[in-house]
Amino acid sequence: MGVTSKLGNLGIVTTTLETAVNWGRTGAMWPLLFGLACCAIEMMSAQASDYDLSRFGMELNRASPRQSDLIIVAGRVTRKMAPVLRQLYDQMADPKWVISMGDCASCGGVYNNYAIVQGVDEIIPVDVYVAGCPPRPEQLIHGIMTLHEKIKAERIVHWAS
Amino acid sequence: MVTGIQSRETGTKAVWEGSLEELRGLVTERAMTGETMLLNMGPHHPSTHGVLRLLLELDGEQIVTCLPDIGFLHTGIEKNIEDKTYEKGVPLTDRMDYLSPMSNNMAFCLAVEKLAEVDVPERARIIRVICLELARIASHMVWLGTHALDMGAMSVFLYCFREREHILRIFEMISGQRMMGSYLRPGGVWRDLPPEFYKAVTDFITYFEPKVDDYEALLTRNPIWLDRTQGVGILEPEVALAWGVTGACLRGSGVNWDVRKAMPYSDYDTYDFDVPLGEHGDVYDRFLCRVQEVRQSVRILKQAMKRLPKKGPFRSDNRKFVPPPRRELGQSMEAVIHHFKLWTHGFDAPDEEVYVSLESPRGEIGCYLHGTGGNKPRRVHFKTPSFMHISALPVMSEGYLLADMIAIIGSVDIVLGDCDR
Ligand code: SF4
Repeated sequence: MGVTSKLGNLGIVTTTLETAVNWGRTGAMWPLLFGLACCAIEMMSAQASDYDLSRFGMELNRASPRQSDLIIVAGRVTRKMAPVLRQLYDQMADPKWVISMGDCASCGGVYNNYAIVQGVDEIIPVDVYVAGCPPRPEQLIHGIMTLHEKIKAERIVHWAS
Repeated sequence: MVTGIQSRETGTKAVWEGSLEELRGLVTERAMTGETMLLNMGPHHPSTHGVLRLLLELDGEQIVTCLPDIGFLHTGIEKNIEDKTYEKGVPLTDRMDYLSPMSNNMAFCLAVEKLAEVDVPERARIIRVICLELARIASHMVWLGTHALDMGAMSVFLYCFREREHILRIFEMISGQRMMGSYLRPGGVWRDLPPEFYKAVTDFITYFEPKVDDYEALLTRNPIWLDRTQGVGILEPEVALAWGVTGACLRGSGVNWDVRKAMPYSDYDTYDFDVPLGEHGDVYDRFLCRVQEVRQSVRILKQAMKRLPKKGPFRSDNRKFVPPPRRELGQSMEAVIHHFKLWTHGFDAPDEEVYVSLESPRGEIGCYLHGTGGNKPRRVHFKTPSFMHISALPVMSEGYLLADMIAIIGSVDIVLGDCDR
């Protein structure tokens, strides 16, 4: 956990505000229930029995963007879907993070054509990219762990921006 | 009514900025005066199984009109395949109906084989049947899990995905990928089966067969499940036929139509299996049909495993269509030439059109293929079951309650990738 602790007689733990808040943020992220295409099926596998995302406090997918702080863009984003995605992102309350899951969401994947947005980072800022078509559940979990590392490194000065 | 919401940073407009006027003729006059309510469902909704948008006109809680809006997942796959050689088209077909990629592979391969007259050895046909039936079970597991999840039965979802993992492991064993294996290729399958495969499949069959009884124990006589599904979303057989509905939705209405029986491919006529039929055409009958189909798939799997020889050709050895195995490359100049030709130019197919169809887990999937005489197709078109089923959603749902809509969408088992392509 990285908490500098010093237990006295009363059992007091001392830490910094940053560490405590970041620990809270990573411990129970609520992802938005948002599936687009094939990658969403692997995302469901990751949440199901074998891979069990609830180990990371993430079993609770919220269908409302107002209640979630992580959006996993799982699948190809078409031009028709792009405004919807942007609107969902705007509706999420800060702090919020984005994982782009799969080749399609990251760079357009095999579809370099008229219909697909060539990478979801054209419309929303992405924190972690997960490669693969579709990525295995392990890869998604690795992406989530990477995001946790990133959040743990955040400092108070970043919060305001 | 939704009006355009300006996004803060990009200035993109919200989904629909329409006025009520645009809907004149599509909804009833009562909606124009505000007597009934218009409700937007999707494209981001947990129960639409993907990115389907429905515009519902509600009188209280009763659905008066249902207007499906599709295309949120249109990927241009057909157009992309037109720019690829025949073999390179296969991986793209995987990504249409992503719950059972093998069926799409099969539709495309059958079309190419019919167009270019490629032969498929018998052992490859057996392997294909095994793959297709495993894919059917995997797809029905996702359907059952999500359908039950939508109606509040969470545990079924967890059990179903546990079983699906077993099948995905087998797919990974044979093709190297869990979902998008592109394992079926024109002329047979990509590579020979690994030795572990035989045991893995027989183990799976013995493991899986009693599990189906467990799901039935959880749902078939469950009073909540019966209340939510019986007498809901009734589809009359004539209406179903008129809308081009196929698969378990059609059989749930009592029409005996299974492409595996009616127009057998890959030796399906030599396997012994039944086609389960429903009577009432409601959500419950469609559920029963699919669960019975899973049992029949296990039956086919058993027969196929008995037939499958341990050794033998897994792909046609017509070198005009199929690349030579790697071990020949070091010894034969001819093999090198074939190899080079096939991976740079591909093979040519005549300027003719063909159509094949087969029974995917969702229904009848058809592939229309028009060659040019060269190495790329002129036009590829897929007739996909989900598209037909979404068109039939309005007739299934009108007059029922809003909460029934969830049950109806779940029971037709739509995949938006399959519909929009
Ligand atoms: S990356 Fe591959 S699996 Fe994921 S949505 Fe794109 S095509 Fe489908």
